[in-house]
Amino acid sequence: MVEFNLPANSKIKGGNKHKAAAGAKNVRSFQIYRYDPDSGENPRVDTYEVDMDECGPMVLDALIKIKDEIDPTVTFRRSCREGICGSCAMNIDGTNTLACTKDCDDVKGDVKIYPLPHLEVIKDLVGDLTNFYAQYASIKPWLVADSPAPPDGERLQSEEERKLIDGLYECILCACCSTSCPSYWWNSDRYLGPAVLLQAYRWLVDSRDESQGERLDQLEDPFRLYRCHTIMNCTNTCPKSLNPAKAIGEIKKMMVARQV
Amino acid sequence: MKMTDRSLRTPLARVRGLGSAKSGTHHFWIQRLTAVALVPLTIWFALSIASLATADLPSVQAWMKSPLSATLMLSFLLAGFWHMKLGLQVVIEDYVHSEWTKVTCLVMNNLISIFLALAATLAVLKMLLGG
Repeated sequence: MVEFNLPANSKIKGGNKHKAAAGAKNVRSFQIYRYDPDSGENPRVDTYEVDMDECGPMVLDALIKIKDEIDPTVTFRRSCREGICGSCAMNIDGTNTLACTKDCDDVKGDVKIYPLPHLEVIKDLVGDLTNFYAQYASIKPWLVADSPAPPDGERLQSEEERKLIDGLYECILCACCSTSCPSYWWNSDRYLGPAVLLQAYRWLVDSRDESQGERLDQLEDPFRLYRCHTIMNCTNTCPKSLNPAKAIGEIKKMMVARQV
Repeated sequence: MKMTDRSLRTPLARVRGLGSAKSGTHHFWIQRLTAVALVPLTIWFALSIASLATADLPSVQAWMKSPLSATLMLSFLLAGFWHMKLGLQVVIEDYVHSEWTKVTCLVMNNLISIFLALAATLAVLKMLLGG
């Protein structure tokens, strides 16, 4: 059944509090989920006070400051710090988003930071994305064509054809949308989830691709595609303002179009 | 998939699993089709029942003997039970993960829906064709 109760040893307990230095004037509290599966201890929420006069504006700036200056054991992924690599996806203030593009000033009260929901936690804010990446690989995210490429240049497409992948190619695979989707929580072993389906649609509408039929055949499944019930959490949470729910709807329309 | 899962199958093999079922669109399409059909049929059903609320038995029987009423009633019942069966199937597949419970629920959903649809159809036919 669906897991309504937390598994054993996963109830979150109160954690440590790290006070800001005396004399700090502009103090914000960051409540950060801490869990180390190897320790055998329950997860806890540690509170870190940060002097925002000495810190950059984004949540990632605060996380890096905390790790550098207060507690080096805080674990999270980050790389580009400008919303293009997708590494620092986490649940901030109750919403999946990128820590590097989330302004601390957009959060009221304490800044609560948790890992992406319903992933196995490797440590603290780092979730296991193995299954997510395998699902991405399963949709063959590359051009599949039998016709050889022109010998003297690249495969061409018109401006109109190129426009079809706008709103799709920008996806950075941060997994914010998939881990916000209850259907993905309950059935991620078989349901591909919004991010991977948006990517699947990106290749379905690429005018240079020659395998639309085979791609649709692979998605023609009660679980892989049709677990989407259009509740739109994916579209609400996407930090790149993309619309995975619409992409999934377009795939369903293609499925019907080839039958009627 | 859990990190504690000690299977040595690759993640890609697990994701591919038994492959695509090559079905699902028919279910999706019929669910939408019955939903659209049920909009006017439900309005018709509600208005009809309301107008018959104070009627006596012979006038209800006379109403049901009209081929139009009987056809609309059968359409409403069959679309309704079909839609119910498809919807409940999705709920079971979403939420019931224990294999035996799931299979039992899916079988019961099919059998009970068919039984109810047959019983309702028979009731309408009895009123339509009965003396």
